[in-house]
Amino acid sequence: MFDALTDRFERLSASLRSRGRLSEADLDEALRDVRSALIEADVELSVVRAFLDAVRDRLRGQALSQSLTPGQQVIKAVHAQLIDILGGSALKITYAPRPPTVVLLAGLQGAGKTTTAAKLARWFAQQGRHPMLVAADLQRPAAVEQLRVLGASIGVDVFSEPTTPVEVARRGLETAQRIGRDVVIVDTAGRLAVDEALMDEVAQVSAAIAPHYTFLVIDAVTGQDAVHTARAFHDRLELTGLIVTKLDYDARGGAVLSARGVVGRPVVFAATGEKIEDFDLFHPDRMASRILGMGDALTLIEQAERAMDPEVVAESAGRLMSGTFTLDDFLAQLNQVRKMGSLGGLMRLMPGMTKEMRTAASSIDERQLGQVEAIIRSMTPRERREPALIDGSRRARIARGSGTTVPAVNQLLKQFTEMRKMMRSMGSGGLPPQMGRMAQLAARARPQDLPPGFEALADATRPAPSAPAPRGARGKKKKGGRVTPPKGR
Amino acid sequence: MSTVIIILVVVALLAIGATVATVVVRRRRPALVAPPPVAPLPEVLVPEEAPRPELRDEPAMRARLGASRGVFDRLRGLGAGDVGEDDLATVEEVLLRSDVGLATTEAVLDSLRRDGAPEGVATAVRGVLRASLDRPRDVVEVADEGRVAVWLFVGVNGVGKTTTIGKLARREGERGHRVVIAAGDTFRAAAADQLALWADRTGADLVRAHEGADPGSVVHDAVGRAAARGADLVFADTAGRRANSSNLLDELAKVRRVADRGPGQVLETLLVLDATTGQNALSQAREFLAAAQVSGIVLTKLDGTARGGVVVAIERELGIPVKFVGVGEGVDDLLPFDPDEFVDALLRA
Ligand SMILES: Nc1nc2c(ncn2[C@@H]2O[C@H](COP(=O)(O)OP(=O)(O)OP(=O)(O)O)[C@@H](O)[C@H]2O)c(=O)[nH]1
Ligand SMILES: Nc1nc2c(ncn2[C@@H]2O[C@H](COP(=O)(O)OP(=O)(O)O)[C@@H](O)[C@H]2O)c(=O)[nH]1
Ligand SMILES: [Mg+2]
Ligand SMILES: [Mg+2]
Repeated sequence: MFDALTDRFERLSASLRSRGRLSEADLDEALRDVRSALIEADVELSVVRAFLDAVRDRLRGQALSQSLTPGQQVIKAVHAQLIDILGGSALKITYAPRPPTVVLLAGLQGAGKTTTAAKLARWFAQQGRHPMLVAADLQRPAAVEQLRVLGASIGVDVFSEPTTPVEVARRGLETAQRIGRDVVIVDTAGRLAVDEALMDEVAQVSAAIAPHYTFLVIDAVTGQDAVHTARAFHDRLELTGLIVTKLDYDARGGAVLSARGVVGRPVVFAATGEKIEDFDLFHPDRMASRILGMGDALTLIEQAERAMDPEVVAESAGRLMSGTFTLDDFLAQLNQVRKMGSLGGLMRLMPGMTKEMRTAASSIDERQLGQVEAIIRSMTPRERREPALIDGSRRARIARGSGTTVPAVNQLLKQFTEMRKMMRSMGSGGLPPQMGRMAQLAARARPQDLPPGFEALADATRPAPSAPAPRGARGKKKKGGRVTPPKGR
Repeated sequence: MSTVIIILVVVALLAIGATVATVVVRRRRPALVAPPPVAPLPEVLVPEEAPRPELRDEPAMRARLGASRGVFDRLRGLGAGDVGEDDLATVEEVLLRSDVGLATTEAVLDSLRRDGAPEGVATAVRGVLRASLDRPRDVVEVADEGRVAVWLFVGVNGVGKTTTIGKLARREGERGHRVVIAAGDTFRAAAADQLALWADRTGADLVRAHEGADPGSVVHDAVGRAAARGADLVFADTAGRRANSSNLLDELAKVRRVADRGPGQVLETLLVLDATTGQNALSQAREFLAAAQVSGIVLTKLDGTARGGVVVAIERELGIPVKFVGVGEGVDDLLPFDPDEFVDALLRA
C-alpha cells in the first residue's frame, strides 16, 4: 500500500547531494518531494503541513551524519515522524474488570465494519475469549444475514432482532451477560458524518451500551475526506481507536495518517483482505518501516508462528537443507503458507523484495495456489519423490489430470528443481539471503519489540549457545483454534 | 513468473517456520526440566485492572482544520486578471482538497499561469475543469434485434455496486424496460439476499445461485431467463474485487465474455466508484478498464462531504465518462451525472 511513498523516498535519497550540513535549500527540495509523495498518498493537506513542519524541525541545522547520506537522513527524520503520527506503539487491548468487554464499530458505508466485526470476534477467540456478535445494522438489506453467515463460519453466536439499533445493542449486551460471553462486538450500519439523524442514532447506541472500545473502521483508499469523517465520529463517539481496512489494495493509505493525525487516537487493528484471517493488530513502527521499504519481517514471523505447525515445518526444513526435499514436502509447506493468508499479503511483508516482485505477488491469488496443488496431486507418489522421473508423456498426463497445461507443469518442475539445487548448495550452513536480511533487521530492532521466535532468527545467523528465555506467550495465543473461512479466494 | 514467486514465498516462509520451530523445540526442552512458575500473559492480555487509555485531543490540528475550510470561500473571492502565486496556492489547495489529484491540479495551474483569468479565477478554474468533462455520457439500453441487453457492474469492495443496481432497476423499470438481475456476487456473505430485497423493492426478476457458485453461469442463466420471459435488460452484479489482482480481474473478464455470448449483449460495463475514495480510484479505473472494457462510471456517496474530484482525473486520463451519481441509500437516490453541477460542487465551500 505505501509502496508509492517508498519509491518516492528511494528516489529522494538518490537525488539529494550536499556536504557538511543540510542546507535550507536541500531541505526545501527534499520536503517538496515529501509533500508531493504525501499528497499523492492521499494524506490530508492540513496533516501534510503539520507533518512537514515537524520533519523540518527535526532536521533544521542538524549536522550531517557521517554514516548517512543526506537523503537517508531526511528519510530517517520522515520515518521517525511517521512513527509519531502512526501512534508510537501499538495499543494494548485490556479487558473490562466486569465482563463483557464491549466493542462498538462505526464508520461510513462499505468501510468494512461487518467483515471487521467477524474478524475481531475471531481474533478475540484466539486470545482465549468468548466473543458474541451483535448485528445492529438494521438498515442495509441483508446486513444481519451477512453477519450471521460470517459468525457461523467462525463459530461465534450472532444476536439480532427486528427492533431498533439501540434496542438490539442493549438486548444483545444483556444476552451476552446472561449466557456468559466476555466480549461483545456490535456492528452498526454505515453512515455519513453529515447525516445528523444517523449520527444521533449511533450516539444513542453508544450511550445505551457504554462501550469500552469504540473503533472507527476506515477504508485505506479514503481520500481527503478521511479527516472530516474521523473528526465527526470522534466528536460523537469518543473513539478509542481506528481500524484500517483494505490494506491489500495498492492504495497508498494516506488516510491512515490523516485520520490518526486528526483524532489523536491510535490505529489498533489492520485488515489486509477479505478472508477472516487477514487481520491483525496494527503496528505503527512496522508500518513506518514498510513505508520506507524495509518490509515487515516482524508481522510475517508472527503470522508464520501462528499458522504453521512446527512439527511439519521442522521435518521438511531438515530435508530442505539436506537436499532431499520432495514435492510432498512442498505441498505440505504450501498448505501451511495458505493458512497464513493471502500470498500477496505475505509477500508484501517480506523484506528485500523488489517492487516488481511485490507487484507480481500481489496479483497472485488462491486460484493459482490451487493450480500448483492440483499439479502435484496429479502426480504419483513416486513422481513426487523423484521428479526427475517425469518425462514428456508423464507431463502430458499430469497436465490433463490437473486441468492445467504442459507448460505450467514444466514451469513448476523447473522451478522446483532449481530451488532444490539452490538449497542444497547452501548446505547446512545458514539461511537464505532473504532470511539473512530479516535477521539483520531483528538485530537492529529494539528488544521489547521482538516477538518470541524472532530472537531465534538473529541467533540462527550468529550461532550463540544461549537458548532464548522462555516467554510462554505463545501457548495462549494459539488457544481458540484457527478457523477456516467458508471458502478460499 | 507466478510459480517462481510461489516457490520463493514457500521457501522463505519455510525458513522462517524452521527457525520458529527450532525455538519451539528448544523452548520446550528446558520447560520440561523447570517449568516457569507463572506463564506470563500474552502481549495483549495486560492485567485487567489496567486503566482505560486516556483521551488526548490535538487542539493544534483542530484549529488548522477549521481554518482550512475557508479556502473554498477564498477562491470565490479571487479577482480577475493575472493570477499571482498566492491565488495559485489557493486554487491548488481547493483542488487537492477535492481529491482532484496532483497531476490534474498542476495542469489547471499551468493553464492559469498561461492564460490568466480574465473573468475571475473561479470562472477560469471552472472552465478548465468543465473542459475535461466534455464528452458524451448517454447510456445504451437497447440491444440488437433478438438479443438481450446486459449491463455489468464492477468495482472494488463496498463501493455500492449492489445498491446502484437496485436504483437503476427502479429507473429502467420506470422507463418501460423489463429488468432481470443476476446475483453474480457469489462470494460475499449474503450478497444475494441483499439483492433479493432490491429485486423485491423494484419488481425486477432475480436469478441467484448458492454461495460459491460460478458467477459466469449465474449471468448466463439470467440472460437465458430474460430471453425466455421477454425481459430486455439484465443487470449483472459482481463481487467486489481489489484492482491489483490479475486473477480476480481475469475472472471478471470471463464473466463479461459469458455475458456477451448467445442472446446476451453487453452494452454497458459500469465501474462503480465511491466518492470518498482518493487517488486509488484512478488505478481502479485503469485496471477495470483494461480487464472489463468499462464504458462508464457511477460515482456513489456524493451525499456526504467527499467531492469525488478524482473522476476529473479519470476522465482526463482515461476518457471514461461518469454516467450516474449516487446520492443516498434509497431506491430513488440516483441522478444522471451533470458536469456543470459537479464542477460547481467541487469548488463550492
Ligand atoms: N479486499 C478487502 N476487502 C474487504 C476488507 N474488509 C472488508 N472487505 C470487503 O468490503 C466490502 C464491504 O465490507 P462490509 O464488511 O460489508 O462493510 P460495511 O462497512 O459493513 O458495509 P455497510 O454495512 O454496507 O456499511 C465487502 O465486500 C467485504 O468483503 C479488506 O480488508 N480487504
Ligand atoms: N450514503 C450513500 N450510501 C450508499 C450509496 N450507494 C451505496 N451506499 C451504501 O454503501 C454500502 C455498500 O453498498 P453495496 O451496494 O453493498 O456495495 P457493493 O459491495 O459494491 O455491492 C451500503 O451500505 C449502501 O447502502 C450512496 O450513493 N450514498
Ligand atoms: Mg455492514
Ligand atoms: Mg455487492
